Amino acid sequence: MTKLIVDGKEIDVPAEYTLLQACEEAGAEIPRFCFHERLSVAGNCRMCLVEIKGAPKPIASCAWGVRDCRPGPNGEPPEISTRSPTVKKAREGVMEFLLINHPLDCPICDQGGECDLQDQAMAYGVDSSRFHENKRAVEDKYIGPLVKTWMNRCIHCTRCVRFATEVAGVPDLGAIGRGEDMEITTYLEKAMGSELQSCVADLCPVGALTSKPYAYTARPWEMTKTESVDVMDAVGSAIRVDSRGREVMRILPRVNEAINEEWITDKTRHIIDGLRRQRLDRPYVRENGKLRPASWQEAFGAIAKAVGAASPECIGAIVGDLPAVEEIYALKELMTSLGVANLDARQDGAALDPALGRGSYVFNSTIEGIEEADAILIVGSNPRIEASLVNVRIRKRFRMGPPPIGVIGEKADLTYDYDYLGAGPDTLADIASGKHPFAKVLSEAERPLIILGQGALMREDGAAIMALAAKAAETVGAVTDDWNGFNVLHTAAARVGALDLGFVPGEGGLDAQAMAGEGALDVLFLLGADEIAIPPGAFVIYQGTHGDRGAHRADVILPGATYTEKSGTFVNTEGRVQIANRAAFPPGDAREDWAILRALSDQLGHKLPFDNLAQLREKLYAAYPHMASVDAIAQSDVAAAVKAAAGLKGKPGDAPFASPVKDFYLTNPIARASAIMAECSALAAGESREAAE
Amino acid sequence: MLQDKDRIFTNLYGFHSPDLDAARKRGAWDETKFLIDQGRDWIVDEMKKSGLRGRGGAGFPTGLKWSFMPKQNDGRPHYLVVNADESEPGTCKDREIMRHDPHLLVEGCLLASFAMGANACYIYLRGEYIAERIALQRAVDEAYEARLIGKNNLHGWDFDLYVHHGAGAYICGEETALLESLEGKKGMPRLKPPFPANVGLYGCPTTVNNVESIAVAGTILRRGAAWFSGLGRPNNVGTKLFCVSGHVNKPCNVEEEMGITFRELIDTHCGGIRGGWDNLLAVIPGGSSVPMVPAEQIADAHMDFDTLRDLKSGLGTAAVIVMDKSTDIVRAITRISYFYKHESCGQCTPCREGTGWMWRVLTRMSEGRAQKREIDMLLEVTKQVEGHTICALGDAAAWPIQGLIRHFRHEIEKRIDDYAANPHSDPVRVAAE
Repeated sequence: MTKLIVDGKEIDVPAEYTLLQACEEAGAEIPRFCFHERLSVAGNCRMCLVEIKGAPKPIASCAWGVRDCRPGPNGEPPEISTRSPTVKKAREGVMEFLLINHPLDCPICDQGGECDLQDQAMAYGVDSSRFHENKRAVEDKYIGPLVKTWMNRCIHCTRCVRFATEVAGVPDLGAIGRGEDMEITTYLEKAMGSELQSCVADLCPVGALTSKPYAYTARPWEMTKTESVDVMDAVGSAIRVDSRGREVMRILPRVNEAINEEWITDKTRHIIDGLRRQRLDRPYVRENGKLRPASWQEAFGAIAKAVGAASPECIGAIVGDLPAVEEIYALKELMTSLGVANLDARQDGAALDPALGRGSYVFNSTIEGIEEADAILIVGSNPRIEASLVNVRIRKRFRMGPPPIGVIGEKADLTYDYDYLGAGPDTLADIASGKHPFAKVLSEAERPLIILGQGALMREDGAAIMALAAKAAETVGAVTDDWNGFNVLHTAAARVGALDLGFVPGEGGLDAQAMAGEGALDVLFLLGADEIAIPPGAFVIYQGTHGDRGAHRADVILPGATYTEKSGTFVNTEGRVQIANRAAFPPGDAREDWAILRALSDQLGHKLPFDNLAQLREKLYAAYPHMASVDAIAQSDVAAAVKAAAGLKGKPGDAPFASPVKDFYLTNPIARASAIMAECSALAAGESREAAE
Repeated sequence: MLQDKDRIFTNLYGFHSPDLDAARKRGAWDETKFLIDQGRDWIVDEMKKSGLRGRGGAGFPTGLKWSFMPKQNDGRPHYLVVNADESEPGTCKDREIMRHDPHLLVEGCLLASFAMGANACYIYLRGEYIAERIALQRAVDEAYEARLIGKNNLHGWDFDLYVHHGAGAYICGEETALLESLEGKKGMPRLKPPFPANVGLYGCPTTVNNVESIAVAGTILRRGAAWFSGLGRPNNVGTKLFCVSGHVNKPCNVEEEMGITFRELIDTHCGGIRGGWDNLLAVIPGGSSVPMVPAEQIADAHMDFDTLRDLKSGLGTAAVIVMDKSTDIVRAITRISYFYKHESCGQCTPCREGTGWMWRVLTRMSEGRAQKREIDMLLEVTKQVEGHTICALGDAAAWPIQGLIRHFRHEIEKRIDDYAANPHSDPVRVAAE
């Protein structure tokens, strides 16, 4: 610890602090533009200048370490002033320079109201301009469909360049030109090739980079802000949903150090037009081969008729990727009361079995734990598109000093260097038996990390692969008393929650693949299950939000609510319980999903024992206590789960692992309804075509 | 006046051959092995005692700079980088060394590298210096061939010397921007601390020295610190290459004693001021970045670091730019201002935005198209740039303008008055009816 005097106040801070941190510790406010906690220090905006007693000129506090401060002649602690006339003058000077070439178009600027430059000009600037020359004019650049540029406003803080290079890992952005001709650009005016590109609009302290789809639609002060979680992947990023009236206007990231830090993917941010399009806003019933709008009563009547005619063995239920825990619980209770054992939440057929223990199907090391890993093995997964923010963590770990990273599966660009070990189960078997050289690397590591993707599990030999991976984890010592390095990476937000509730076939029950078999069932209930093909024959009830695959096949459609329209619990891939809050209301006749199931249960004569969400949760928490501890991960015996998984029988095949996500932008019904996602998808496809040529 | 026996650069004008044999006859590479055998500490000590101050402009004591390098290698290699990116307008001393006396530089590189525990040295050459690169590379090749440098050389200190050719950017003469450029990145200055002696080229301890500072090292060590410190004036010792350009009768490069008076320098070597001493207007004594000094102050001033500092200017690179009374002094500074606007790297705000602003205001002022209050505003803008930037380019852009306003404010005011008295020197355009 080092003693410092900041504005006359003595403080004690660690020597590795920068002066900016030290000043904040002392309660002084330091303006800044280029500095950002999660990016490297650039020190180029010069807004954070402070005065050190004895130094000839003011210094940039963001780049100056506490240990670089010299004590006074008699060993007095260094004295720093953040409010002296010199500092005030320096800030005014820098602010004036920033503004001379910045257009004063705040009234038509999308950043207005949440602009660092605007705020700091109010706080630290002067009231009039002395600049009478022409302002610089810079041509706007095309950098993709998500980020709008207005380059006249750029103040060259280079946050966007540093984000793209450091966090996103794509060196697509850069600065060309020198002096006042410096310009930020992708050079060839191509779209940025990152799934996190729209974060640069958040980072931009001015209105140079703003969100293109959101352009000119709303002002920040008009919107209601709701804190929520994302369901586009199984990471469960913290988000803030901004809505105006009934409409969700935009989605922004929220800080959650444990999960997404402060980044979110483009899919998370820009599916909002998908929340409005293709929506199911009233019940439908199929008559004479055609769906027709119906009332809730008609729909329930049709269901009651079909269920009444079928025996419990011929009824089944499949849960899709987006439902919240509450409706899964309600559906399970309803089905159990009907005596149905044909339940499944694994529409992709992944070989995950809650009976083995929770440790066998969650990301045990936690996402934050990736930073501690000292050797990483990725099996059958492309984390960059399956869980981009997990990939960002791996890249963050990589940038701290590259650990050995091995990949078995697809050879994709993950934004960091890795050893490509092989494509399929053979290589994994070699590692499990310790024959492979990388097994030695993992064994020698103190905290080896194995990430098992859905691509390795959603296949015929999934159980055998699970056994191999678990064996490999045991071989290399990935699960010890103080380290859980066996991780399953999910792609669906609802999956872990459903597995926690045990939404898997009961005794003698069929799994999803069997239920989707020809003539297997008479009645099938799909709760937002859109990624599975149901053959003709069965009477299909689809409860969901969008007119997607499930709705097309359905005989009865029950319109539900999306994640922004209900309060729902989601359990992310780590097993972390989180609650998404309602930011808007479902359209038309659509209702919250648990309420639909409650009403249906009444019609079917098996009335569920709750009348409101609080009662439902009370029952849920009684049955599954860990659901009550929000934002926490319940402890489980990982070693036992891994041991049980290693004991699974089966013979691995030899087909190479393939990622379950074929198109990052179109993984769920909401994204498929979004025009922006479609544009991104087409662009990405075009790029990969170009690369192949 | 410097006597011929005290000259270090005996082939400054290229009257003799620059090759190894000729250089040896002039004294280069003489007993280099003996010097190296005296050990690292002796060399650094001798350099400190000699009182040599860096010849690149800032005048930092060279021996002291060398002593900042870690004494022990911590596993990272040490590097010497020679700054041959001689871009300061008016300066043309290093290129004469590289063209005509390259072996002094090569030998100096070996000695300095040895003194700092460096086994590799890079010479970063200005982009425009094509002939110099060829000459220098030839000298390096000769030295390799004669096993003066390289692996297992005659001096017993493995040493590799690389000549790296830049792309011609003024900012790459700033030491950390030079290192960035050498690493293959965009030439933008780094934040200091950490200083290059700690984290320099490729993150390793590095010293960056000017060509002249390194090239004189061999001779200083051979002839002794006492000889070198006996020349010149206290704290400003030794010999120095002066590059005199502008309105003198015979512009030249000349090696002279530090502290020679301006009058003696001009009368002895340059044939006097064009039109006589009464015709002298002002002098920029150290390359375009230092403030100018008006005639009456400079005429009998000593040309050394401290005297010129007291005149609120600086010796800089000793590139003496002489301006007689035919000079349009405002336009001259405007042109210098344009240079800094053009060469600003764009990294930090005050310099990026300020250089353009200052140039634009000056452009108007040089025509008289300005208000008198703008003179004070301009001065304030230069103060806002000065000292607030990452590197010294901001200062370099501000100083010439401060010098102009300090000494020739009346000239700017007169121009503004003239313009105001006759505002329409061009025919007034009338809108078509």
